[in-house]
Amino acid sequence: MPKVKAILSKVNIPSLPTISRRTLVLLWVVAGVLFVGLLVVLLRGHSFPLLQTRGEVASRQRDLLIFATVLAVLVLLPVYIMLFGFAWRYRAGHKRTYKPNWDGDSRVEAVWWGVPIIIILVLSVVTWVTSHSLDPFKPLTSTQKPLKIQVIALQWKWLFIYPEENIASVNEVAFPANQPVEFSITSDAPMNSFWIPQLGGQIYAMSGMSTKLNLKADVVGDYRGMSSNISGKGFADMTFTARALSATGYNNWVQHIEHHALGVEHLDMDEYKQLAKPGTSGVKYFHIHDPSIFDTVVAKYMHGMQSTDTDTASEDEDNHTHNVEGHMNTEDM
Amino acid sequence: MFASLLGRMEWHYFWHGWVQFGGQLAMVGGVLTLLAGMTYFKKWGWLWREWLTTQDAKRIGVMYIIVATVMLLRGFGDAIMLKLQQALASGHSDGFLQPDHFQQIFTAHGTIMIFFVAMGLMFGLINLVLPLMLGSRDVAFPLLNSTSFYLYVAGVVLANISLLYGEFGAVGWLAYPPLSELAYSPGPGVDYWLWSIQIAGVGSLLSGINFIVTILRLRAKGMTLMKMPVFAWSVLGSMILVVFAFPILTGTLFMLSLDRTLGMHYFTADLGGNAMMYINLIWAWGHPEVYILILPAFGMFSEIVATMSRKRLFGYKTMVYALMAITVLSYLVWAHHFFTMGAGGNVNAFFGIMTMVIAIPTGVKVFNWLFTMYKGRIEFFTPMWWFMAFATTFVIGGATGVILAVPAIDFQVHNSLFLVAHFHNTIIGGVVFGYFAGFAYWFPKIFGFRLHERLGKAAVSCWVGGFLLTFIPIYILGMMGATRRLDHYDPSLGWQSLFIVSGVGTLLIGLGVVFQIAQLAYSVWKRHELRDTSGDPWDGRTLEWSVPSPAPQYNFARLPVVVARDAWWEAKRGGKAIFSGAYSDFTLPKNSGVGVFIGAFVAMFGFAMIWHIWWLAVLALVGVATTLIRRTYEEETEYVVTADEAKRLDMKSQKAAA
Repeated sequence: MPKVKAILSKVNIPSLPTISRRTLVLLWVVAGVLFVGLLVVLLRGHSFPLLQTRGEVASRQRDLLIFATVLAVLVLLPVYIMLFGFAWRYRAGHKRTYKPNWDGDSRVEAVWWGVPIIIILVLSVVTWVTSHSLDPFKPLTSTQKPLKIQVIALQWKWLFIYPEENIASVNEVAFPANQPVEFSITSDAPMNSFWIPQLGGQIYAMSGMSTKLNLKADVVGDYRGMSSNISGKGFADMTFTARALSATGYNNWVQHIEHHALGVEHLDMDEYKQLAKPGTSGVKYFHIHDPSIFDTVVAKYMHGMQSTDTDTASEDEDNHTHNVEGHMNTEDM
Repeated sequence: MFASLLGRMEWHYFWHGWVQFGGQLAMVGGVLTLLAGMTYFKKWGWLWREWLTTQDAKRIGVMYIIVATVMLLRGFGDAIMLKLQQALASGHSDGFLQPDHFQQIFTAHGTIMIFFVAMGLMFGLINLVLPLMLGSRDVAFPLLNSTSFYLYVAGVVLANISLLYGEFGAVGWLAYPPLSELAYSPGPGVDYWLWSIQIAGVGSLLSGINFIVTILRLRAKGMTLMKMPVFAWSVLGSMILVVFAFPILTGTLFMLSLDRTLGMHYFTADLGGNAMMYINLIWAWGHPEVYILILPAFGMFSEIVATMSRKRLFGYKTMVYALMAITVLSYLVWAHHFFTMGAGGNVNAFFGIMTMVIAIPTGVKVFNWLFTMYKGRIEFFTPMWWFMAFATTFVIGGATGVILAVPAIDFQVHNSLFLVAHFHNTIIGGVVFGYFAGFAYWFPKIFGFRLHERLGKAAVSCWVGGFLLTFIPIYILGMMGATRRLDHYDPSLGWQSLFIVSGVGTLLIGLGVVFQIAQLAYSVWKRHELRDTSGDPWDGRTLEWSVPSPAPQYNFARLPVVVARDAWWEAKRGGKAIFSGAYSDFTLPKNSGVGVFIGAFVAMFGFAMIWHIWWLAVLALVGVATTLIRRTYEEETEYVVTADEAKRLDMKSQKAAA
């Protein structure tokens, strides 16, 4: 390397200070501490929906997130220690052993094939189990019957239909806390994703099919919900409030709408077409007579497919039968 | 009559607003300045003879890198606008971008960064060094190589014309239907997106074939596959992925273009179309794509770490197995991009586990690099700084990748900013740092002088600091439930301060870019002081360091004969000489404008398809066919360098170096 050093010594920009290795390390440490301090100050008092969960599903997902993170840190720590340790100890000019031709050792290599394999094996088992136990289509175990709510993603608002209560709402969905809720979700718009982070993970809302999300709120409260998948201009405003109410609170909420309280309109297919026009919306409540709006919306995209039986629903094995539940959204899960 | 001749072109597509006008002005101004300068300095003939029509892989590589760098600046400009918007647009403030414009910008940012920056830099660097490293005079098919480059340029040109005339897609970089279908995006924006990457993608496929053949057929005598440098192995893996993955992209985009141009229904929401099919197909290309980008970066680091540590690469065979394992596995993970489609426990668990399995060979590579450093004598030149930057940041991206691979967790972080932070973490920390390292490492070989060290190290520091400052807040925002692609948000969520910190981080990355430009400019200015007279500035190990810098057009006057891995290192330390025997005649390809013409006609075709100007599309295809047919009548496509001439050139370049 003398050639390089000789060349380099000739070229110096006066304005660029020379920094010793020690100073450099110190600078990085100070910058890191300042950065963490800044983050702590900025984050104080703000909410972390993914960690401050309020629903059974979200809590189990959070525990899993923490478990996986701990495993990851267990792998990262030795990597960092070796990386910076080796970089420091074996920098040019050291007096330690130098082994230029040492290029392999099957025992050592077995360790770093073996350890990751074991870690991934553990994580794979966890993955297999939780992919099934936390499958959003899977009903939650509870003594109470799940409340059924149908969800239609529109440009750019959410329509919630309560088929058993004959009511509907826009951008606000209410349900009793501690009772499982089964959302059936479709889209009359580009693909969206239905997500209430504090209660549990998301699922896509797609036209012509119905996906399912089973959630349960453990605590009474208002939770933020949104579409997480881009669906056009107004997508950023496609948020809603998920209200987990007490049992009486929920009954009041329903009755308020059922009894044609002020501002509650009637939702039929004509009114629905008005609502489905592109645009954002505030909270609205409706009374419905026609319980088939959701099925009609799912079916309208199936036009032209009835005559064939080669659609993905019946063709694919495990894969799509799961989320395209036949043409008419039958409850054959 | 006249109107129909121009398809659906209309005047109003020139004007979108003042922000866009600034961009248009900058672009037109830049191009005009360039053209005027070329004319004033009478450089057109030189440009045509020395560069545009060259068949020399190294020069084609340099052109790739220049175009990719310009695109990097454009993509980075997009990033700054996105960051500024998100830092401003909280509550009553709408920021300075309309939602539609904001969505076009992030679509352009992703598309440009992947297709025109990362792919461009990758093909550029491979062109620079692969033939040299293999002990070959060129790639297998030089004309095809130049054609690939011009198809890439055609894609770049189309994507940038959209800024001047028309609009870009506002649908995200992978343009999921039905949003990207006529029903929701009738304008020319999605077509610009579609045709620019369709054309560039075909170029990539051709390059893939070219490099595979080069590796399999043009290695130096004695260089068996298991004596090949790991970089060449990584390119082989990456190009195998290209050859299998890019046809999927081509087919998928073709079907989308049928939907959009002829009103068909492959992926529409109704009439039998199925958007889920598109999402599967696009990721069956898209996931291998990220490994296409990262594998060569792994290869570069394998060369750099061994050279800078003055030590053999640890676990060569394991490295090769790991590379090939990743190549195969990367086809079996695509569905992890849409666990939330609800495919069910079995499917999700399979793809989740396959994704985690990839972490094993990747982890092994990291450990091998670490043990290459162990008991070495590590010289911390700029490429090694990039390696440290890579090793520090990339492993975090790997870890968050494994976290995302657990489907039950993914339901909570999918489409959140946690995901955005993850893939920037792997692509910036892995791909970008890797290519920057490779660029700094091989720069002297191509240009004959080194890059200034301390400016380079200042650039690395700003990039790493800026990266952490930008993306740690983005990870945290993910935990706060912030989703991606929001042009505004509610102030009560408390996101704004983090977006501002993140924006400051992006500015710090910007300072890193400034340092890189300064480094390049200063090094060119001081090129005589920085001249590499040895041809081997790093005390290298592989064949490219055995020839003078800058490497001559023909690479090797006599072809090397190899008996060991690290052939040049061994030869320098008393092993068998790699150049022996007599000089012999060899042929080199003559310059050809075929690639330029094909690229120009194909760009014309793409423009015609975007604007529905059918006669122009036909004309352009006729142009391509004519160019190809005309080429088949050219008989003298190569010229001979005689043995005497080769010897004279060799002596001359050795004397110049001494």
